[in-house]
Amino acid sequence: MSLHLVLFISFGAVCVAGAINLLVQRHPINSALSLVVVMGSLAGEYLLLGAEFVAVVQVIVYAGAIMVLFVFTIMLLNAGEEEQTHGSRVALLIGVPGMVLGSVLVTWVLFSHSGTGSVAAGALPGPPKTLGRLLFHDFLLPFEVTSILILIAIMGAVVLAARPRRIQKREG
Amino acid sequence: MSVGLFIVISIIKTAISLFVLLTAVAYSVWLERKVVGHIQNRWGPTRVGPFGLLQPLADGVKLLFKEDLLPPQAYTPLFIAAPMIAMLCALASISVIPIGNEITIFGVTTPLEITDVNIGLLIILGITSLGVYGVALSGWSSNSKYSMLGGLRASAQMVSYEIALGLSLVGVLIVTGSFSLRDIVNAQAGYFWGFIPRWNIFTGQFIAFFIYLTAAYAETNRIPFDLPEAETELVAGYHTEYSSMKFAMFFMAEYANMITVSCVATLLFLGGWQGPVFGPPILHMLLPVVWFLAKVFVFMLIYIWVRGTLPRFRYDQLMAFGWKVLLPISIMNLVATALAVAW
Repeated sequence: MSLHLVLFISFGAVCVAGAINLLVQRHPINSALSLVVVMGSLAGEYLLLGAEFVAVVQVIVYAGAIMVLFVFTIMLLNAGEEEQTHGSRVALLIGVPGMVLGSVLVTWVLFSHSGTGSVAAGALPGPPKTLGRLLFHDFLLPFEVTSILILIAIMGAVVLAARPRRIQKREG
Repeated sequence: MSVGLFIVISIIKTAISLFVLLTAVAYSVWLERKVVGHIQNRWGPTRVGPFGLLQPLADGVKLLFKEDLLPPQAYTPLFIAAPMIAMLCALASISVIPIGNEITIFGVTTPLEITDVNIGLLIILGITSLGVYGVALSGWSSNSKYSMLGGLRASAQMVSYEIALGLSLVGVLIVTGSFSLRDIVNAQAGYFWGFIPRWNIFTGQFIAFFIYLTAAYAETNRIPFDLPEAETELVAGYHTEYSSMKFAMFFMAEYANMITVSCVATLLFLGGWQGPVFGPPILHMLLPVVWFLAKVFVFMLIYIWVRGTLPRFRYDQLMAFGWKVLLPISIMNLVATALAVAW
């Protein structure tokens, strides 16, 4: 077994373990931290593929910024432990088969359309220059559409956050 | 270079870097107490050793032998993990910081850093962005109102100022066109008209330098941005409930972060190890390191000077300053730099 494979399996195992722990844990902080572990091990997998820029951006953006905001919100709301429920029957009957079907579909698409059925180490666009050309040249339209989508989401958040104060002012 | 030799060299370099960094941390505490003391017309530490030079050792021994209190209402796993996260993130970023040119000892040529990666700057940003967890989790897991408020303030402040900090660095990246700290320093070699060094601070990144400096002070929770540990209102902020070595870890993390910030500022804006090199070959190897360390030392002195001079911000001023002043200026600087380079 090559070192590459050993590293791939270890990062993958940590990633899956983190994902399971995320679901099992009852305290939101523990779940959020498990998600950080998932993000970190995914970054490790990206590094193995030779996409060093994506790996570090994954850590900076997801683990370092978005998850910090999650933890911050949990702290601010002082969310306590969740109560254990018996789970919904709908989730069991539709959700689990749906999940299995989805994973099978994704696996089939990946295997049948990637040619060799595997990705070689260093196959992803690693250097920022290649990535920038892809983002701002080949995929410029999707990129801009996504940014507009995010802008709309920000405006929605501002509207939602600003509403109560306006009502109070009118009443006062 | 064979694998065995590589591993041996890496271990030696790691050991040396760790020793130097921890010593530097200990003595920057001494330096701070001494300089702030003199600013306030006091002597600072004088009792332990000449000029109080053995004070850091005495403090270390004292902290090691203090009772390690564990608050009964704290969430133990995270309470213990938080100082470790803070310390680990603070120490890890030194691994990609180059302090000089390549050197040759006993026929082995090696760069003066633990590892030379082509995305060094991004790795530093990534590691420091994870450092927020140490602060946030310590505040939350202590289960005390002062720690909680301190942790909340710290994480909000660090997330807000990280944006301005990152944007101020992009200008330098545009000018250089590389994430590698070694390339960035090498691009700053030479002089304008024979006497002004071609450091980035003199080549249009003047504003970015001050944005970086301000944002970095906020990132490291130092005066005038030390609201997370504002003694007058929060006892000691997020590390109120910590004692003994756990407290020491937060303390060391803060100073290690200050050193990292100073190193990055030196590398990106002040030309790193660039400086006049002369004399025999041995000086050619050592002088760059001396220049680098001297510049970092000046930065540490400015840190301490600012602490001895400025009062603390109010919290709303801090947030308004970060979002309404620093962020727009750094974006404008970025646009201007991009236009200048494109033109």
